[in-house]
Amino acid sequence: MAEIILEMKSITKEFPGVKALNQVQLQVTKGEIHALVGENGAGKSTLMNVLSGVYPHGSYTGEIIYQGEECKFKNIRDSEHVGIVIIHQELALVPYMTIAENLFLGNERSNKGIIDWNATNGESVALLRKVGLQDNPSVRIKDIGVGKQQLVEIAKALAKEVKLLILDEPTAALNEEESQNLLKLLLELKKQGVTSIIISHKLNEIEQIADSITILRDGATIETLVRGFDDFTEERIIKGMVGREIVDRFPGRDNFVGDVALEVNNWSVYDTMDSKRHVIKNVNFNVREGEIVGIAGLMGAGRTELAMSLFGGAFGSNISGDMILKGKKLRLKSEADAMKVGIAYLTEDRKSAGLVLIDDIRHNITMGNHKKISKNYIIDEHKEVNVANEYRNKLNIRSSSIRQRTGNLSGGNQQKVVLSRWIYSDPEVLFLDEPTRGIDVGAKFEIYQIMNELVSQGKSIVMISSEMPELLGMCDRVYVMNEGRIIGEFNRYDATQENIMRCIMRDAGKDKSYGQTR
Amino acid sequence: MVKLDKLKDQSTKIKEGRTIGIRNLRYLFMSNIKQYTMLMALILIVIVFQYTTNGVLLRPINVSNLIQQNSYILIMAIGMLLVILTGNIDLSVGSVAGFVGAVSAVMIVQWKWGTVETIVISLVIGALIGAWQGFWIAYVRIPAFIVTLAGQLIFRGLTMVILKGMTLAPFTPGYTMMAAGFLPDFFGNDGLHLTTMVFGVITVLLMVVSDLNKRRQLRKHNFEMISMPLFIIKEVAIGVSIIWISYILAQYKGLPIVLILLGFLVVLFTFITQKTTIGRHIYAFGGNEKAAKLSGIKTSRVFFWVYVNMSVLAALAGIVFAGRLNAATPKAGGNFELDAIAACYIGGASASGGIGTVVGAIIGGLIMGILNNGMSIMSVSIDWQQAIKGFVLLAAVAFDVYSKRKTA
Repeated sequence: MAEIILEMKSITKEFPGVKALNQVQLQVTKGEIHALVGENGAGKSTLMNVLSGVYPHGSYTGEIIYQGEECKFKNIRDSEHVGIVIIHQELALVPYMTIAENLFLGNERSNKGIIDWNATNGESVALLRKVGLQDNPSVRIKDIGVGKQQLVEIAKALAKEVKLLILDEPTAALNEEESQNLLKLLLELKKQGVTSIIISHKLNEIEQIADSITILRDGATIETLVRGFDDFTEERIIKGMVGREIVDRFPGRDNFVGDVALEVNNWSVYDTMDSKRHVIKNVNFNVREGEIVGIAGLMGAGRTELAMSLFGGAFGSNISGDMILKGKKLRLKSEADAMKVGIAYLTEDRKSAGLVLIDDIRHNITMGNHKKISKNYIIDEHKEVNVANEYRNKLNIRSSSIRQRTGNLSGGNQQKVVLSRWIYSDPEVLFLDEPTRGIDVGAKFEIYQIMNELVSQGKSIVMISSEMPELLGMCDRVYVMNEGRIIGEFNRYDATQENIMRCIMRDAGKDKSYGQTR
Repeated sequence: MVKLDKLKDQSTKIKEGRTIGIRNLRYLFMSNIKQYTMLMALILIVIVFQYTTNGVLLRPINVSNLIQQNSYILIMAIGMLLVILTGNIDLSVGSVAGFVGAVSAVMIVQWKWGTVETIVISLVIGALIGAWQGFWIAYVRIPAFIVTLAGQLIFRGLTMVILKGMTLAPFTPGYTMMAAGFLPDFFGNDGLHLTTMVFGVITVLLMVVSDLNKRRQLRKHNFEMISMPLFIIKEVAIGVSIIWISYILAQYKGLPIVLILLGFLVVLFTFITQKTTIGRHIYAFGGNEKAAKLSGIKTSRVFFWVYVNMSVLAALAGIVFAGRLNAATPKAGGNFELDAIAACYIGGASASGGIGTVVGAIIGGLIMGILNNGMSIMSVSIDWQQAIKGFVLLAAVAFDVYSKRKTA
């Protein structure tokens, strides 16, 4: 049997009121790629934080045995010292420093405290080559893309002589090509003897590269699947994650699509900061009552900007064009105006723009409509509690009570809180920007069901999503955006992944040929 | 299909609505650590100084002084709390107080205006100053630190311009009444000031009734609450303290009018922050401005009014201070802003916004005030007093950071 590099035994970690990990077991063989999967809130990140010393020894119970010795890490430095490096979802790079400076941050190549720039730059080049980057190490981090930044993080880990590399959702922000590069690199590192633990929601990637998979659910180890011994299909993994088979990932609906609810004509928007940059260019689209319309497109296509500019000008300057809601022309000056007429926008970034993380579920739900729970500016706390409880039950927000801080909820439950806020504000047209980003399969399904319920009441939904299957599975129609324009429209039957991609690629190609005249 | 009902079972399993009895004191303490510790720190400081000053601290005349001496800082601390809730700061309040004091002195002493119109106009001037600063802060979005630092210089300078570097005095008795006056005794008793006692008893009764009401609400919603015996202990403790303080005050000249003003402001602003949509908007603004804006809250407007409110309260503090001194001086209000800010932080407000209470700020202000007063009685020199207050501020905030890390 192969050598075991890491064994975590009976790890239990409690937060006030919640048992995040309950007797978790994890065994990693030397030189393998070990995937850790589970729904949001299953305890993956917590487990890795225990391993890397973010939660110091003593704040949890159980044993960590690494290379045959028990480890009691007090902090991240301790774990890095023995070759365990964790790369978090949010990259830990300083944008205004160069690649080389970032690579050796906290680990500087120096002599008596004076930095040896020759060694720094020289070694940087070698490290970058290892991860397949040809960039100049004196380029600043902010000037390279997210995909490359992720690779720089890995190079940084290599600079610390990593033996066990932990990656938390490494491909979440990457496109297809960048993801594939990263996966290839992991296989390359594996050849060189580096063991990796990868946390990911993208099951196809895991299926592709993992040697074994440990599945967590509700803070406990469910099972470990080993390549060659167990079934390694997506269905099998999902079954382990949710504890049941998901036959259909998208709930069906028989909705009646009615009249046009919102019509947008010649919508044109310039950047908030740079009033010369044309972000949205003469966009026309509509959404009908009882309809879910999708907007597909690559990152930076202008989808979020379009939705936010329609939401009372939350984005953009110099906005022109017509917005017609149920036959009435709108002139919206603020977000509050938009909400008054029944237009709502759910942000793609629930943590930084959606929730007040230090406040509780109750206050976060009612935040979008204080009028409805108050009289003469005085809040009826009775009513507020009832409303919050109602939504907590209706949307199945898993929490200790409505007084739990939203910062302590898992991603899926956080999203349900924000969604509750918008449903409670009772909009006619709801823009959902990446409503299921970073949340697990079960919660996704629940959110789809909520969307179906809303349209069955005659509401309209415009969904922006980067997950093509979701758009195809949920939408009655899909618009395709590229470079601030709508370049295509498909109905439910014609919309396929290939059609949409082809549409974008053709437009991108056209763009090049006319690039100068634009 | 996923069965939603199955998932629902899990959420209802998590129990709610337990009561916390004496046995769970530790839990109670840990979950409200900051508020309780600061209250206990306050009590401890009182006990220590009572001992080291040989009982001078709680002598009727000193308690009366203590209240009047700190009233203007406490008034400012209330406004400052709202500012700090938004995650900002106001450095101009001391100068604004000084400026308004000077203007009112001109109105009363030189122009012979009446008390009421002077006070009203002074407060309006405060509001205008607030609107001026609020405009730059909320609508132009110049950092509040810079705008109010400028305000500090501007209004300090204008104070000196108005007073021409001199002290203006004296005010009329009507004007000084608010700061230095006492509630008259309607019972005409020579020894004990009976009206004050009646006032104290009524306050306690109101408190008990409102707390019982709150408790009923908690029970109704099945929320966590303290057990009945603990509740009784708490009510009795607070009730006895209030009546005891009334008794102390009744032995001297009775209830200072400024204490009534302060009590009114505390109740009013606690109500505004906790029970109204405006309060909710302020907390949401400080907790996450972007989220508040995207939820349709008019964030700039909230921000603007918080600064208007701050300057009105600073103006009020300026009137009280001038009245207490019975003079307007060019230096009046110097460093007040720092005391007001410190009071909020000691009282548990978070520098990053969204966390803090009016009562906390008052407790923080009292801690500072009693430290000042106690050390003065012990004839600790003013330089040491400053240094010690500095340490207290740092220790309080360090403790806050530490306890947050513990519970995180």
